[in-house]
Amino acid sequence: MNEQSRGSTPRTLTFEIFRFNPEDPESKPHTQIFELEEEPFMSLYIALNRIREQFDPSLQFDFTCRESICGACGMIVNGRPALGCKTLTNNLPEHITLFPLPVFKLVGDLSVDTGTWFRQMVERTEAWIHPDKDFDGNATEEKMSDELSQAIYEGDRCIECGCCIAACGVANVDPEFLGAAGLNRVARFIVDPRDKRTDSEWFEIVAGEQGVFACFGMMACEDICPKDLPLLEVNAYLRRKMLASRFAASNS
Amino acid sequence: MSTQIVTTDVLVIGGGLAGERCAIEAATAGHEVLILSLVPPRRSHSCAAQGGMQAALGNCVMADGDSPDLHFLDTVRGSDWGADQEVARIFADEAPLAVRELAHFGVPWTRVKGGRNQYFIKGEKVEIDEHEDTDGLIMHRDFGGTAKWRACYAAAATGHAALYAVDSQVARLGIEVRDRTEAVALIHDGENCLGAVVRCLRTGTHFAVIAKATVIATGGYGRIYGQYTTNAVINEGTGASIALDTGIVPLGNMEAIQFHPTTLAPSGILVTEGCRGDGGYLLDRDLNRFMVEAEPEKQELASRDVVCRHMMQVIRDGKGVNASFGPHLWLDIRHLGEEHVTTKLREVFEICQNFVGLHPAHDLIPVRPTQHYSMGGIRVNKDGEAYNMSGLFAAGEAACWDMHGFNRLGGNSLAETLVAGRIVGMRVADYVSGWSGDVNTSTALEGVAAAEKRSRDWLEREGSGPGVYEIRDKMGEIMLHKVGIFRHGDELAEAVSELRELAEQTDSAVLKSKAPGMNPELTFALRLKGMLKLALCVATGALAREESRGAHHRSDFPKRDDHKWLNRTLARWSPGDDEPTLNYEPVGLIDLPPGSRGYGGAESIDMSISIGEHNDAVIQGQTAAGRRDTLDRMGSRLRPGEWSDAQHGLENQ
Repeated sequence: MNEQSRGSTPRTLTFEIFRFNPEDPESKPHTQIFELEEEPFMSLYIALNRIREQFDPSLQFDFTCRESICGACGMIVNGRPALGCKTLTNNLPEHITLFPLPVFKLVGDLSVDTGTWFRQMVERTEAWIHPDKDFDGNATEEKMSDELSQAIYEGDRCIECGCCIAACGVANVDPEFLGAAGLNRVARFIVDPRDKRTDSEWFEIVAGEQGVFACFGMMACEDICPKDLPLLEVNAYLRRKMLASRFAASNS
Repeated sequence: MSTQIVTTDVLVIGGGLAGERCAIEAATAGHEVLILSLVPPRRSHSCAAQGGMQAALGNCVMADGDSPDLHFLDTVRGSDWGADQEVARIFADEAPLAVRELAHFGVPWTRVKGGRNQYFIKGEKVEIDEHEDTDGLIMHRDFGGTAKWRACYAAAATGHAALYAVDSQVARLGIEVRDRTEAVALIHDGENCLGAVVRCLRTGTHFAVIAKATVIATGGYGRIYGQYTTNAVINEGTGASIALDTGIVPLGNMEAIQFHPTTLAPSGILVTEGCRGDGGYLLDRDLNRFMVEAEPEKQELASRDVVCRHMMQVIRDGKGVNASFGPHLWLDIRHLGEEHVTTKLREVFEICQNFVGLHPAHDLIPVRPTQHYSMGGIRVNKDGEAYNMSGLFAAGEAACWDMHGFNRLGGNSLAETLVAGRIVGMRVADYVSGWSGDVNTSTALEGVAAAEKRSRDWLEREGSGPGVYEIRDKMGEIMLHKVGIFRHGDELAEAVSELRELAEQTDSAVLKSKAPGMNPELTFALRLKGMLKLALCVATGALAREESRGAHHRSDFPKRDDHKWLNRTLARWSPGDDEPTLNYEPVGLIDLPPGSRGYGGAESIDMSISIGEHNDAVIQGQTAAGRRDTLDRMGSRLRPGEWSDAQHGLENQ
C-alpha cells in the first residue's frame, strides 16, 4: 500500500523525463526534471498528465484505455520496459526516470510508433486465420473444446505494447527480428486448428534468420511482459515444433 | 508547401470494430478503402469491451429456447421503447451471424462444457448438466435485462479478442490504415459529403482525403464527463463533432447517456457486468444485498439504468462506504472462487490487482456508477446513412442507428459494432458503385486552409485567458453533477448556462505551449469547443425532455410519457448559434407496444393514439426530419407480432 494511505507525509517524486521533439528544429535530445507530490494509487498515467497540465503542456506521451488492455503506454521506467498506466508510483523509488521504448521510431518525448512495427509484423507472418473454406453464415459454428479455446486465448491475450521488443537484445540490434510478440502471435495461430497452414509453411515463417532461432534466450521478454504471457514456453514450443517438422521432412 | 490530397473510394474515420468491419465489407466488394485512426487500430476503445457480445444462439441449458425474437423483445424493453424497433429487429436477427463470423476470424470464444457445471444464479449455487451434444458450441453468460443467458464471451477480454480478429482481416485484405490521424472537418457542399480534412497527429500538418463515401465510426464521447467515465482518453467525440459542424446533419438522442453500475472507485475503470452475470453481488456498507429487495425478480441483473439508480439511492440514503474520494459500494465475487475469478473473469482479476492491489477472490471490490456509453450520436437511417447529407454514413457508438433508445443492454454494443459494420459496409459499397459526381478539389483545399487557420489562431492567441484543461475539468464537474443519473430541470438549466459560458471562454482560452508539431495541448484545444457543443446537446436535450425514460431520469418528471415523448430528439447546430436547435421525430414503427419493462417499476403515461395511427405518421415525420430513403422500404425487416409466440413460451416456462 502507498505510504501516504498509512498517514505518513507524502513523498515528493522527481521525474527525469527524456525530451525530444523531431518536429522542432531547435529541439535536442535531453532529459528534463519535474517534481510532483505523490498521491494514493498514483499511476504514471496520473503523474504524467499532472506534469503535462501543470508544468509543461508540450510533453508527449501515449495513453488510451488507461486500464492495461490497449497497450499504448509502453515506456522505459527506471530502466525497465513497462506499461505506464499500471505502474504505480508507490512501487518505485523517489527518483523516476522515463525514456521512450527503443527499437520503435520516436514520435516525440515518450511517444513511439508501435503501430507501424506491429502492422508489418502481422503482414510478414500473415497473422490471420488461413481457413480451408469460406464463411457460411447459415451454418452453426464448428465445435471446439473449451480447453483448446482457452489455450488459443492464452496466446491471444498479447496486447502488442512492444515492451518485450524494447527489452530484447536481438530486436535492439535487428529491428526485423520477430521478437517475442511476433513469435507469440504466430504460435497462437499454429495451435488454432482453424488455421490450415502446413508445417512447412510455418517453418518458412518461424525458422528464418529473423525467427525463433535468432533468439539468444536471454528471456527479458518473459520477465517484463505486462500480461504475464508464458513467452519462454512459447519459444520452446516453436523450437520443438520447427525441429520436429524438419526431422519429419528429412525422414520422408 | 502544396497541400497533399489523397483520394479513395471509401473513407472510414475510426479504426475500432464498427469502422473496420465496415471497411472489410467495402473492400471485399472491390472498393478502395482508407481507414483513419487516432491510434493504432488495435488500441481503439473496442478493445476495452470486457464481458460479452449478445447473440441468441441458445447453446447452453440456461439459454434453452432463446431466439432472435426474445433478443428483440429484451432490446426494445431495455431501450424503454426509445429504440427504432425495425433496427432492433435487424440487429437481433443478424447478431448470431456476427458471432459465428468472429469464430471464423479466429476469436477464441469460451465454449460449452458438456456434463456437470456449477453456476451461481440469484445468489444460489446451482449445478446444471449441459447436454453432451452441445459440448464445444459457443457458451453464454448471463447479463442484465435479458430473458436468457445470451452473452458470448472470451473470458473478460471479448472486445480485445474481437478487435484483433477483425483487424487481422483488415491486414489480410491490405486495407490501408493511417494511424495517428484525426479528421477535423468534413468536406461537403451542403448536400454531398466528399471526404474529410485530416490533421496528422505525428507532425501537426493537414491534408485532405477526397472520397465518394465517408463513414464516421469514432465511438462515443464519454470524455465530455471529464474523468468521470470508463471511456478511453481518445473518446472525445471527434466524429460526432465534425458531423454537428456541418450545421445540417442532426445528432439523435444526445441526452441518452448510460452510466455503468460497476466501475472501480475512484479511477472509473470498468469492471464488467459479467461479474454480476456470473453471480456477483452488490453490497452496501452493512454488506446487505440491497438489489434483492429493490428488484426481487432481476436482482443485480436489472438493466444498467435501473441498477445505477438503486445504487445512487443507497448512497443518498447514507448507506455507501465512505472513502476520501467520496462514497462507494461493494461488488462481491468472492464466492465464485479463485479459479473462476482468475480464468472466466481474468481481466477483472488483473485490474483489481494492478489498480487497487486487491484480490477479488478474497476481497470486496469498491465500485460506483460512472459514465459509460452514449446511446445517442449521428442520426442515421437503417442503412447507416446520415440525415440530410448524401455520402455520409455512421456506425457503432458514434451513430444513433437506433437500437438502444434510452438504455443499452450490456453486450449489445459489441454486437452492434459488427452487425452494423457489416450492414452499413454493404450499403456503402452499393452507394460507391452507383456514384457519379465531380471531384472538386477547391472545396477540399478551402477546408484545409480553414483548419490550418484554426491551429494558427490557437497558437497566436495571447493574453490572460483560461487554460484548456481548466475548462475541460469544469465541464466534467458540470456534466457529472447536473447532467448525471438523477436529473432535475433546475440543475439542467444551470448546466446549460454554465456550459454556454465555458464555450464562450474557450474562444479566449490561451495555450501555454506553442511547440511545433502535433503539440498535445493544441491537439486537445482543437477538440474542446466540439466537446462543449456535444455537452450542450446532451444538457439542452435533457432539459427539454420532460419525462423519465431509460437512463434519462428526471426527478421532476418521474413518469415515462408515451403521450408526449415517444419520440427521438434531433439536435442540429446552425453556424453562429450558441446552442443547438432541437426538434423531434417519431421513434420509428412500433411492433412491440409500450408497456412494463419487467424491472425498474416506473409508472408511465399511455399513448393517446393507436399504434396504427402512430405507425402511419412515422414515415412522414422522419422524412420531414431529414431521413434519407432506404434501399428497401421502411418496415420491410419487421415481422409484426412474430415475437408473441416466443413471449408466450417464456411465460409458460
